[in-house]
Amino acid sequence: MTDHKPDIDEATGTKFVGHEWDGIQELDTPMPRWWVYTFVACVVFAAGYVVAYPAIPDTDGALGWSSRGQLADTLKAETAARAPRLNAIAATPIEQLASNPQLMRSAIEGGRAAFKVNCVQCHGAGAAGSKGYPNLNDDDWLWGGDIAAIHTSILHGIRSPGSDEARYSQMPAFADMLERGQIQQVVSYVRVMSGQDKPTRGSRAGAALFAENCASCHGADGKGNREMGAPNLTDGIWLYGGDRASLTQTIAKARFGVMPHWSEKLDGVTIKMLAAYVHSLGGGEANPAPPAPETATATASPPAVDTASTATGAANVSS
Amino acid sequence: MSALDLINPTSGLYQKREPVFPRVVNGRFRRLKWAVMIFCLAVYYITPWLRWDRGAYAPDQAVLVDLANRRFYMFDIEIWPQEFYYVAGLLIMAGIGLFLVTSAVGRAWCGYACPQTVWTDLFQHVERWIDGDRNAQIKLNKAPWTASKLTRRLSKWSIWLAIAMATGGAWIFYFADAPTLAQQFITGTAPFVAYATVGVLTFTTFALGGFMREQVCIYMCPWPRIQTAMLDEKSLIVTYRDWRGEPRTQGVKKAAAAGEKVGAKIGDCIDCNACVSVCPTGVDIRQGPQLGCINCALCIDACDEVMGKLNRPRGLIDYLNLDDQKHEVAGGQPKPILKTLLRPRTLVYFSIWAGIGLAMLFTLGERARLAIDTAQDRNPVVVQMSDGQVRNGWTVKMRNMESRPRRVELTMTGLPQGRMWTDAMARSAAARSVTLDLAPDATTKLQLYVVAPAGPAGETPFALVARPLDEVAGSRAAREAARDVKFIRQ
Repeated sequence: MTDHKPDIDEATGTKFVGHEWDGIQELDTPMPRWWVYTFVACVVFAAGYVVAYPAIPDTDGALGWSSRGQLADTLKAETAARAPRLNAIAATPIEQLASNPQLMRSAIEGGRAAFKVNCVQCHGAGAAGSKGYPNLNDDDWLWGGDIAAIHTSILHGIRSPGSDEARYSQMPAFADMLERGQIQQVVSYVRVMSGQDKPTRGSRAGAALFAENCASCHGADGKGNREMGAPNLTDGIWLYGGDRASLTQTIAKARFGVMPHWSEKLDGVTIKMLAAYVHSLGGGEANPAPPAPETATATASPPAVDTASTATGAANVSS
Repeated sequence: MSALDLINPTSGLYQKREPVFPRVVNGRFRRLKWAVMIFCLAVYYITPWLRWDRGAYAPDQAVLVDLANRRFYMFDIEIWPQEFYYVAGLLIMAGIGLFLVTSAVGRAWCGYACPQTVWTDLFQHVERWIDGDRNAQIKLNKAPWTASKLTRRLSKWSIWLAIAMATGGAWIFYFADAPTLAQQFITGTAPFVAYATVGVLTFTTFALGGFMREQVCIYMCPWPRIQTAMLDEKSLIVTYRDWRGEPRTQGVKKAAAAGEKVGAKIGDCIDCNACVSVCPTGVDIRQGPQLGCINCALCIDACDEVMGKLNRPRGLIDYLNLDDQKHEVAGGQPKPILKTLLRPRTLVYFSIWAGIGLAMLFTLGERARLAIDTAQDRNPVVVQMSDGQVRNGWTVKMRNMESRPRRVELTMTGLPQGRMWTDAMARSAAARSVTLDLAPDATTKLQLYVVAPAGPAGETPFALVARPLDEVAGSRAAREAARDVKFIRQ
């Protein structure tokens, strides 16, 4: 600045600052006064802001605000907002949940979230299961596929140690009871039963063995028994595989799949919501018909799914 | 004298605003300004109150930005969020329109239609009504704070405040049903954001229109800088014909009185300062084009009035482009304005602008109001059913963009043995088509299941065709289809 004497710009009559870049000079145009006032107001505001909010490390602002506290408030508000729906789900018997479509939707969405936390470890993120862990999307149910049956399975578990009410059944390991050849004959018969193979001499021998050893649980026709979780052997779905090797292993050594009882780990509402979610995956069955009254020849109505009585219906409306 | 004045009293660290007291003026451009101002204010205040019947399932407000439900209504046009490109198109049109207007008539936006100009103008009329014209205002400004001055100031500010509140108040009605919101607003039951918006806009209108005025144009607004860069030598700008006005009569007379030698030419400008005294931003147009000049043309009216009294031709100050300036300085005759307006650059801008507008109108008329989106379930893709068939699932979203409930039949074409059902049905009712009731003006989301016999692994393409069952006679048969649907076996 010492060797630059500020001079005046002719066009504007404004002083130069004294800086020059390639012939372009900076004018010393004064700022408007209101701008200076605005600046001062910002400084004053900043001072108040520093006091009110936690601007200095390791101190609380005068207002006591914190982002953690804000999160806690948000969660609290969210919990409060959800309470009425959760209470309604708690108050509704599981069989009647589907008769309130809106409540059912809430339950399904809540179940979807709970499923991702508690169930995906075995059943997979898409509930498609894997060997030994049932696929919950299909229409094959070992212990029943209506919402109440699913609810019971989740609540008390399957062969779950520590629960007296868990669904329980045990298939014997036939390696101790049948010869190896006999086991292979039963395998052949089961594969015929499920339409995978044509009848052979071995399978016909197996049929007799089946009637003697297996029919008590799986039924004479092999269609299983949900009362004791005995799988249907005639359908296309195999929990442990329908090939010869898997069937041999199953018959010789038996299987003993366990699902924990969730009654001690999850609250009742969450379990209901999980049941609703699993029921919604595409294989859910209608509620069983109530016990028939005296007039047994009542109109035989086709089994109706509760979520809709007609073929038409807007399922999930959102904008 | 404030404490700030002590920082550096001599070098001028900051500059105090010089108050501007524009004198009232009459003339052709003032009348145009009135018309534009009344039009703009009328559009702004009245629009939200216009009603428009859309039936039972949509609001009856003609122009409504329904942020809560993410719908934008403008008369017969309804825009969904995914159609926001129409708004983008409007913004592009606004941009091109700015190029067009600026290259043709310079800063016309600044001078006539800018809200800052319109509201400042309105506030200045209030000011004149309370305080009198320029001279009375200057006098009152200098006068000590007597009861009379205080009364005048308070009444002026009250009227400004009322206008400012009405301005902020009108804004919120664009975002909710106006009569309902007005009632809520008065009874104190409106949402907080409504009061906050009115409060902020009241403050900005009051401060910017009442006190900041030309400071906004000179210091805050990027527009003058942008517009200056878009002007060319054919753009009309408010120009002082200095070759006609100089030397100013008064200067010549003074020089003569002082005994100096005076040239033969005496300019038309009599240095009456009428052009300066009417200027709402307080500039002297005779110094040439400048940032502070918003091209409102009030100085043209003022000068024309004086020239008329002097029996001189009007237009000492006039709209003129740079080319014509050179032409006239060289002795040419003034050229008609139409030649300036119609030239390749403005015509190209206009064509682009109009082309975009026509394209938007065309697509608005042609757009589908029923849409189907499918998303195949990915986990699991294939579900083995106990009867040996395999199942695929889709999340189907049906968008019914009309404001009436609709009944649609969704039919499979292809995949001959396939059957489908939705999550609202039992599998026993599976068929080749399902009938869906779609809620008005909403997206209906449903889970669709399709089963088909097992087969070799691979993809079998098929289509889902949605056919409205409620099409009224004469309307376009709007079939929407999802064509790239693939049934997967593995």
